[in-house]
Amino acid sequence: MSSSALRHTALDALHRSLGATMTDFAGWDMPLRYGSERDEHNAVRTKAGLFDLSHMGEITVTGPRAADLLNHALVGNIASVGVGRARYTMICREDGGILDDLIVYRLAESEFLVVANASNAQVVLDALTERAAGFDAEVRDDRDAYALIAVQGPESPGILASLTDADLEGLKYYAGLPGTVAGVPALIARTGYTGEDGFELFVKPEHAVELWQALAKAGEGVGLVPCGLSCRDTLRLEAGMPLYGHELSTSLTPFDAGLGRVVKFEKEGDFVGRAALAEAAERAAQNPPRVLVGLVAEGRRVPRAGYPVVAGGQVIGEVTSGAPSPTLGKPIAMAYVDAAHAAPGTPGVGVDIRGTHEPYEVVALPFYKRRK
Amino acid sequence: MSNPQQLRYSKEHEWLSAAEDGVATVGITEFAANALGDVVYAQLPDVGSEVAAGETCGELESTKSVSDLYSPVSGEVVEINEDVVNDPSLVNSAPFEGGWLFKVRIAEEPADLLSADEYAAHTAG
Repeated sequence: MSSSALRHTALDALHRSLGATMTDFAGWDMPLRYGSERDEHNAVRTKAGLFDLSHMGEITVTGPRAADLLNHALVGNIASVGVGRARYTMICREDGGILDDLIVYRLAESEFLVVANASNAQVVLDALTERAAGFDAEVRDDRDAYALIAVQGPESPGILASLTDADLEGLKYYAGLPGTVAGVPALIARTGYTGEDGFELFVKPEHAVELWQALAKAGEGVGLVPCGLSCRDTLRLEAGMPLYGHELSTSLTPFDAGLGRVVKFEKEGDFVGRAALAEAAERAAQNPPRVLVGLVAEGRRVPRAGYPVVAGGQVIGEVTSGAPSPTLGKPIAMAYVDAAHAAPGTPGVGVDIRGTHEPYEVVALPFYKRRK
Repeated sequence: MSNPQQLRYSKEHEWLSAAEDGVATVGITEFAANALGDVVYAQLPDVGSEVAAGETCGELESTKSVSDLYSPVSGEVVEINEDVVNDPSLVNSAPFEGGWLFKVRIAEEPADLLSADEYAAHTAG
């Protein structure tokens, strides 16, 4: 794709003035890193980081039967989400394959904000639009209506509190409320993808620069730094969070991905994929599928997505994501491995790194959990 | 970024020092180090091995990618930088100095190595 075809966020000029290295991400020209990705990663773990996530896909679903539509279209029980709360869920195909993983915010009794991955936003929009047939509900493409700025890390509550009157203490993890931040109207959500406490702020694109600058200034004294997508990926990997296209795909059901808990068979009414998912659940119970595990390197070589996991000369799985972990100081990976080799501490497991079998320790996910 | 005038450069972004007693030092340029991002693993050629100009002799691994390391000249590797093996971030922090990679006794060097100005023009595109 030529650079002229790339989409730019409202913060594009700001990123360039900060010297960001930019990268094509799902058709968007996004900051990969501003300086050292390791420094950015460590800032989020110990202080705070500021992210432009405006490439994420926002879809608004409104109307008297908005909740029913989402219950039908998604695998979660969205009707049971309280106003002001958010839910991690998935949208599946009729055959149970995962189309995307989503966060759904209930903004009002009959108004929801669905946030899709940038790479899947159109697919999700099309599926929701199609599945809305027969429901008194409207599916609206709001991708251009929002810029999304995240502030993540242990200092983030203090930084945000200095810029808003909103009740942050009353705002739980996986909740969102409308408010004003630095004079700008925002949906303030206590969500993120880093394993740290943090906030995601949905604002109008024309307010993005003003908000970013206010946050940067408020965080100046406590070590807030701008962060790119590179450290976002190592942060989420340490936190054991799946990434679509790596741990999740249309060829896996939520049960194959070890995330069967997001499928709510008990909810009212039929939903897309129910029959196939019921079968997948039964299959998984009788004959355990490959299990998503963590791998920690004993050496320094880094496993990459697609590398074979081996034991006793046999391929027993595949790496889905791998990177050097700044927090552990060692390379880590997520991998799907045969159930027989999935227990933490299973001996003799390695990764085939370009022809050499490097030893790895099987560990439970996540690699990193913050202290609360 | 400035490329030291006294060095010569390959189009694959290695630099080569002037030879002393036939031995020259090899590293990667600041341009290449910046493009790689944080280097986390350096696999350098074995001491005593023969390297060939333009051919792979090791690899540099960064957070996001693995890149082949090419030798800008042909010859025998006489020393590798153990400091870089132990702390690959030296490649980022001091690419032209403490982050050098290996020393080679030159047997033959290609005619198309670039001057600092030519290399700057090569990377300007």
